[in-house]
Amino acid sequence: METFFSVTAKLAQGFGTTLSLFFLTLLFAIPLGLLFACLSRLRIRLFRFLMRAFIYIIRGTPLLLQLMIVVYLPGIVFDRPLTKWEIFHQNVPLAYFCGALFAFVINYACYFAEIFRGGIENIPKGQYEACEVLGMSKTQAFFRVILLQVIRNIVAPMSNEVVTLVKDTALARTVSVVEIYFAASEILRLQFIIWPLFYTGAFYLAFSALVTLLFGLLEKRLSRYWR
Amino acid sequence: MALLRVEQLTKSFGETRVLKGIDFEMESGEVLSIIGSSGSGKTTLLRCLNFLETADGGSIYVDEKPIFNAEDPSLMTPKAIRHNRINFGLVFQSFNLFPQYTVLQNLTLAAMMKAKEETSDYSKQKRAINAALDKQALKLLERIGLSEKMDAYPCELSGGQQQRVAIARALMLTPRILCFDEPTSALDPELTKEVLHVIKDLKTAGNTMIVVTHEMDFARNVSDKVIFMAKGIIEESGTPEEIFESPKSPLLKSFLKQ
Repeated sequence: METFFSVTAKLAQGFGTTLSLFFLTLLFAIPLGLLFACLSRLRIRLFRFLMRAFIYIIRGTPLLLQLMIVVYLPGIVFDRPLTKWEIFHQNVPLAYFCGALFAFVINYACYFAEIFRGGIENIPKGQYEACEVLGMSKTQAFFRVILLQVIRNIVAPMSNEVVTLVKDTALARTVSVVEIYFAASEILRLQFIIWPLFYTGAFYLAFSALVTLLFGLLEKRLSRYWR
Repeated sequence: MALLRVEQLTKSFGETRVLKGIDFEMESGEVLSIIGSSGSGKTTLLRCLNFLETADGGSIYVDEKPIFNAEDPSLMTPKAIRHNRINFGLVFQSFNLFPQYTVLQNLTLAAMMKAKEETSDYSKQKRAINAALDKQALKLLERIGLSEKMDAYPCELSGGQQQRVAIARALMLTPRILCFDEPTSALDPELTKEVLHVIKDLKTAGNTMIVVTHEMDFARNVSDKVIFMAKGIIEESGTPEEIFESPKSPLLKSFLKQ
């Protein structure tokens, strides 16, 4: 029989996976998003077109579908399911986790890329020109003047996207990643107890509160300078 | 010997010829006002002098040394441009202060980076250099009457104060020629007065300046020389008396009547 504590322990274990997925997605999606943003601003038309088309496709289709494609398509194409790939050493949960992570990273990198692009393009031209006439090089101007303004521009939209990511991780259950929602639904399936499922909401809420708080602090710190 | 000489400067944007061959020169210590209606090319001329635009033809000399020549690629490398543009300072219509830095930091930032690049043992001398720059900046702030605002952020200042800080920031690099691109167009009459007052003080101190302006009173009373531009050429130039009391060109006459 499940007690409150045994359920909490099981959910906490699942939440560990949720957090790994969350942090690893951020870790890879932020630099990749920056790269995508740069590519979509390139002067070479073909690159720019390809990048923007890719971002359009990713943003225009459900993450749920992308998860399915990433996890199951390789098996069909290479006639060898993801879980049998040598790099995963027969570790099935790891294979599913990496598949899900890949889909999350690509998906979020595209959203981040658009945020970064907006943040960069919103810097007034006058800021670059002021740096130029003061004799700064392009690198100096970017790192000493422009970058912080870009960061400030993107804090609010990034906060939005990151809070969404906290909850989106629940989708990973559809490709057999045992995160917190999956853990709760296993209790429901095997023991017909439903309240653990509702209980997961508390975990998501607590973590979202933490994320919101951190972004709030960052925003406050940055707005010391600006109106 | 002329401090600045501009010869046959031309610039087109696509099919539109904005500058159709500009010639003028100015002496050290002079204040030159450039007047003319919108689209006459006066701002483009200023931007070409400051290398924000690259002219298509012609040349620019400072102290008879060529700093721009459309035919000479050795003057067009990024390094050469960075080196030569320091001859000019530019004050923008919209101030363009750096919002994340205090007034004092706005003044010292560029000079500090320049010192860092040019001093071989910067890390050793860092403290002394920064102290000297702070001192120089404070002196300038005193001159524009904003010493007490040294730790304020730009958003805490009025437009007039921001523009005065922008002037001080340009002066930190001790440019040979300080350019102003409609420095008071974004300001109300009261704030305009305080900015023009600072520019007048700079003239008294012997600074060489080029001012693109719509303030006819200022052009008349402060400048030594006035250029009237129309349709990409210098339509008329002369002393303020010649331009304002006895204009010859019909375009200038009708411009002054407005």
